[in-house]
Amino acid sequence: MRRSTEPPPAASGGVLATNPIERTAVPARGALRDRVDDLGRRRVQELFSTWALRLCAFSAVAGLLLIMVFVFREALPIVFDPEIRAEAGLASFFSTHVWQPVSGVPKYGIVPLLVGTLKVVAVAMAFAVPISVLAALYASEFASERFREILKPAIEMLAGIPSVVLGFFALIVMASWLQALTGSATRLNALNAGIALGLAIVPTIFSVCEDALRAVPRSYREASLALGASRWQTAWNVTLPAASAGVAAGILLGLARGVGETMIVLMASGNAALVSASVLDSVRTISATIAAELAEVVFGSAHYSVLFFLGAVLFSITFMINVAAGMFVDRLRRRLGGA
Amino acid sequence: MSSATLGVPRRPLDKTRRSDRAGGVFAGVSGLAAGIIVLMVAVIVGNIVWFGWDTVTWDFLTKAPSHGMTAGGIFPAIFGTVALVLLMVVALIPFGVGAAIYLHEYASPEGRFTKAVRFAVNNLAGVPSIVFGLFGLGFFIQFVGRGLDRAIGADVLWGQPALLWAALTLALLNLPVVIVTTEEALRAVPRSMREASLALGATRWQTVRHVLLPQALPGILTGAILSVSRGAGEVAPIMFTGAAYFLPYLPTSPTDQFMELGYHIFVLATQSPDVDATRPLLYGTVLVLLLLTFALNLAAVVIRGRLRARLLGRS
Repeated sequence: MRRSTEPPPAASGGVLATNPIERTAVPARGALRDRVDDLGRRRVQELFSTWALRLCAFSAVAGLLLIMVFVFREALPIVFDPEIRAEAGLASFFSTHVWQPVSGVPKYGIVPLLVGTLKVVAVAMAFAVPISVLAALYASEFASERFREILKPAIEMLAGIPSVVLGFFALIVMASWLQALTGSATRLNALNAGIALGLAIVPTIFSVCEDALRAVPRSYREASLALGASRWQTAWNVTLPAASAGVAAGILLGLARGVGETMIVLMASGNAALVSASVLDSVRTISATIAAELAEVVFGSAHYSVLFFLGAVLFSITFMINVAAGMFVDRLRRRLGGA
Repeated sequence: MSSATLGVPRRPLDKTRRSDRAGGVFAGVSGLAAGIIVLMVAVIVGNIVWFGWDTVTWDFLTKAPSHGMTAGGIFPAIFGTVALVLLMVVALIPFGVGAAIYLHEYASPEGRFTKAVRFAVNNLAGVPSIVFGLFGLGFFIQFVGRGLDRAIGADVLWGQPALLWAALTLALLNLPVVIVTTEEALRAVPRSMREASLALGATRWQTVRHVLLPQALPGILTGAILSVSRGAGEVAPIMFTGAAYFLPYLPTSPTDQFMELGYHIFVLATQSPDVDATRPLLYGTVLVLLLLTFALNLAAVVIRGRLRARLLGRS
């Protein structure tokens, strides 16, 4: 930097040129120009790279916005296109309880799909929440180092199993076991899909809960134990409540994953659009309906728009659950921030 | 410890003992929950390995399906999966790494733009995979693809399900994975290294390029591996954007359709005309996919473990 402020050498370096030492000490005019150019190049490079990186960061925002725009856009005809509105308007979704999109008179009653989704997710949560929260509590408060070294890799393995493999297992293996156990009329039903779905969300709930439990400061536990509480009393009455926001976040994230999960329910639920209360009946969920029907649908038809509408519904539900989960994570961070 | 605390009154102690016994039961129940999880994982993996092991031979890995997919191997599905995840990684890594560098090195943590990006990353990770499939169809195929076809006057070249569109859909799906793991790696680079580089007169970009990127490489690699593992197993996003039931040829261009392991499992499990004949093939395919994802996850865990050890060793 300092060199560049020095006065440039004489135009004709006659004397200087004969003295090698002088020549290296004072840069020739060309070298100086290079140096100034280099500074400019660095500045341009800096500016360019900053904007390129900012653009990369923006790609996440753009991706989310594009998903919203394009899923909702393809669903819009059910409100604005008169022809499609007549066949599958918003009112028709609830005026019939039959989902029969491919027939002489297509019927788009989404009630059976909502009921089906609710049933499968309810079974999954009833199975996954107690088991994951208790296991997380056990892992963070009671487990020996040796058991933890079995449990953690097992959870990581479960998280790594692709959902299509869990769907395969539920379809080929578990369905027969459950049918033998419950004596249900159909092999593939809400119970079967729900348990497989529960397996898929166990890692989500477990890891968020365990992180939250571990973030509870040691001093909380020490204070409780010093007051004479047992280890269990400490875990249940002190540690768990302190991490409750994290547990709630874990459960919500699991719920969002459960509502949106596709391959497991598509393969294991039987896909019959029935309205019933029994978990031993076959069900059809929103996500499975999209997956099963989109491939055969005519582009731009009413059926096509309805499927995108179902996608928009799915997106909205999971989006809201995720935002709520994010709020719980923030609350946990504030509460245990000092730890 | 004074003698007063040692002389604990008798009654509370008894009470503690009794509650300890009840507590022991509860602790046992929570241990049982943990045990059930381990058991179920063992049953699933054990079942697949047990019934799939004999099917996975060299022929199975290198031959194409034959006889209406009731015999033969799964080579086209393996080839398609590899092509898919390679294309995905090429599209994904620059954006994911760039976004993480911007968030961690350039942006002010409390700025509005940073908050918007973090909100988007968190929620992108929660979008159901089937919605990505809808998006890929609506955006990449119908909007971008058809638009390209109109622009170049082609009949139908880009505006149909293709390897490229499936890879790009998966890239968006995995963007949060790469951003999060790269940021974690950048956190492990000590502040002093950045300061040393800047003090020597390097610009921010030169610091990123010559100091941070080499240091964060293991973390970036972890993110890439995790995204490949996840991408190889996702079926819902590629069902309508490029995967095919069966193809008699291997994909050679980004506009070709392709076979994929996860989708092949779905097809064999649900669309087969002869369930008993397909079952060994099905188990074999599942085992191959499972081994692939486990191997990738294990590699990621090992690299990440080293990274964490380095981080802990420093602080």
